[in-house]
Amino acid sequence: MTFDKKISRRLALGGIAAGALTTALPMRSAFAAKKVTIGFIYVGPRDDYGYNQAHAEGAAALKKMADVKIIEEEKVPETLAVEKSMESMINLDGASLIFPTSFGYFDPHMLKMAQKYPKVQFRHAAGMWDKAKHPANAGSYFGYIDECQYLSGIVAGHTSKSGKLGFVAAKPIPQVVRNINAFALGARSANPNATVQVVFTGDWSMPVKEAEATNNMIAQGIDVITCHVDSPKVVIETAERGGIMTCGYHANQSKLAPKGYLTGAEWNWSKVYTDFANQLQADKPLPNFVRGGLKDGFVKTSPYGALVGAEARKHADEVKAKMASTGVVIFKGPLKDNKGNEVIAPGKDYDQFDLWLEGMNWLTQGVIGSIS
Amino acid sequence: MEGELGLWGIPLAIFAGAIRVSTPFLFVSLGECLTEKSGRINLGLEGTLIMGAMSGYAISYLSGSPWLGVLVAGMAGMLLGALHACICSLPRVNDIAVGIALMLFGTGLAFYLGKPFVQPKADILPAVEFGWWSDIPQVRAALQVNVLFIIGVILAPVILWFLRSTRWGLILRTVGDSADAARAMGYDVLWVRLVATVAGGFLAGIGGAFLSLFYPGSWNESLSSGQGLMAIALVIFARWNPMRCLWASLLFGGTAALGPALQSVGVTQGYYIFNAAPYVLTLAIMIATCSPRRNLAGAPGELSVTK
Repeated sequence: MTFDKKISRRLALGGIAAGALTTALPMRSAFAAKKVTIGFIYVGPRDDYGYNQAHAEGAAALKKMADVKIIEEEKVPETLAVEKSMESMINLDGASLIFPTSFGYFDPHMLKMAQKYPKVQFRHAAGMWDKAKHPANAGSYFGYIDECQYLSGIVAGHTSKSGKLGFVAAKPIPQVVRNINAFALGARSANPNATVQVVFTGDWSMPVKEAEATNNMIAQGIDVITCHVDSPKVVIETAERGGIMTCGYHANQSKLAPKGYLTGAEWNWSKVYTDFANQLQADKPLPNFVRGGLKDGFVKTSPYGALVGAEARKHADEVKAKMASTGVVIFKGPLKDNKGNEVIAPGKDYDQFDLWLEGMNWLTQGVIGSIS
Repeated sequence: MEGELGLWGIPLAIFAGAIRVSTPFLFVSLGECLTEKSGRINLGLEGTLIMGAMSGYAISYLSGSPWLGVLVAGMAGMLLGALHACICSLPRVNDIAVGIALMLFGTGLAFYLGKPFVQPKADILPAVEFGWWSDIPQVRAALQVNVLFIIGVILAPVILWFLRSTRWGLILRTVGDSADAARAMGYDVLWVRLVATVAGGFLAGIGGAFLSLFYPGSWNESLSSGQGLMAIALVIFARWNPMRCLWASLLFGGTAALGPALQSVGVTQGYYIFNAAPYVLTLAIMIATCSPRRNLAGAPGELSVTK
């Protein structure tokens, strides 16, 4: 492998140079934290009020750390293009840790790169890393943002007048489905008759379809909408213009909807990324599988909007306090899907860390929609 | 229950969607119609559309006036159109290749310059309420029409009249059908094509401003997602007739609204197929109307695809 030769030659040269220097004069930097280069790859623009912005904010937190160099590339499609981005980060910039943040980067692209470059660490947002199947220098991290979606659901369930809620979703992948279900379960814990109408737009960023979906749901009498798309800006703004309420996603969108914004589910990636960078600098092995929720500081909720009543605040705050202390089981039996089949048997609890939940392919009772 | 239309929501949603979604198609296809009538294809209108969307949003944000944004979007479109026409005026330059280059150039430039405007919230164009006669909120919402749409609807017959019944329209068509004949009559072919391409760019730029300043009313990089290209295909489908461009735009707008409309009333199976409806429709119509035996009726003779 030419690459390995190059690296070893470079390392050898560097080693000789460093050796010569250390014998000549005491090196100061040898005692400082290790210099590391960390690469971030985003599927969309960094400032989209959404998924990519949340990751970029996390990356920005690393820029403040000493001896950490951040390289970022945005708008990289989930194709062979991401492999090229990763190779250039490794070969040209010398990245030793790479975060490909979008869902479709994981399999096969990141796994392939991890096999090709065993000395580089790869950590993917949301991927299902499996010790038996995947390389040891790969891994994944994710936050249980469905906890915040559950809280949004509680607020939405209390605040909605029609009891009809809407969810604009991109693709029916497990993370999205889990958010839809958590939102619905939260809403139905507040109002047992609440329904959640789902519209899938088919891709992560489809501004015209997202606006159409929102307008059509308003026409159907839906009065609270949330979403899981890359940039919630269009959905939130369209809903605000249509005079209905919204719950945000990814980042705080209250500025876009000063009237109707109730609350929202937000990421807090800076915590996760800082942990990884510290471990890398200290030469500690990086964990392969990192998960966390509200309690671990991986996710957070937006402050309540003016329309959220006292009852809703009380209910949501109680659940939130419990999530932050002992944890709350969102998915517990008996639970039926929206076709009437039992998906969780009575008495069976799936706590947040249960991996079964990360393969979710059913919509819970009360959700109007289909994932096929 | 009040506020519920059930299945009646579907035709209403498609109708409303046709009005909301069709405007960019309409402006780009009318602009392209003018340009192609002069015998040149400007494939760069996708880039022009995105450039118009970006510049319109940026100017509206900076100046606080969305109408100024629309004007600047049109002017940005004129500049890109002029660039296309000037390059194509050079001998032995292929207009399709230049168009593809300008499409990439316009898109890239808009992404580069538009970076700081993804986040800010600009003032957007007001809607005109045409649903005052109805008590049903859905009908009222569906009839919130933007002035640009109305201008587009008026523009279609005006352009048709211009092409058919005016001296300038005749010159334009002569240049498009036979450059030699136009030259023999003493008209400057390149100059006429320059004017036609600039006018086409102006309309496409305004179409872009509609995207960012009215519906969906926000600037981001996936805003157009190929609408400019589809509108260019629409011109062929509409047989270079501005009125048919209008109908075709409405049809495309309606089919684009089909996927979300069906899902929001609970028809949820197979939404991938409904989302693909506009593309399936394009294919179906192309297959239905093409024939190996005859030429495309109404096609300008100088067009490099028909030559």
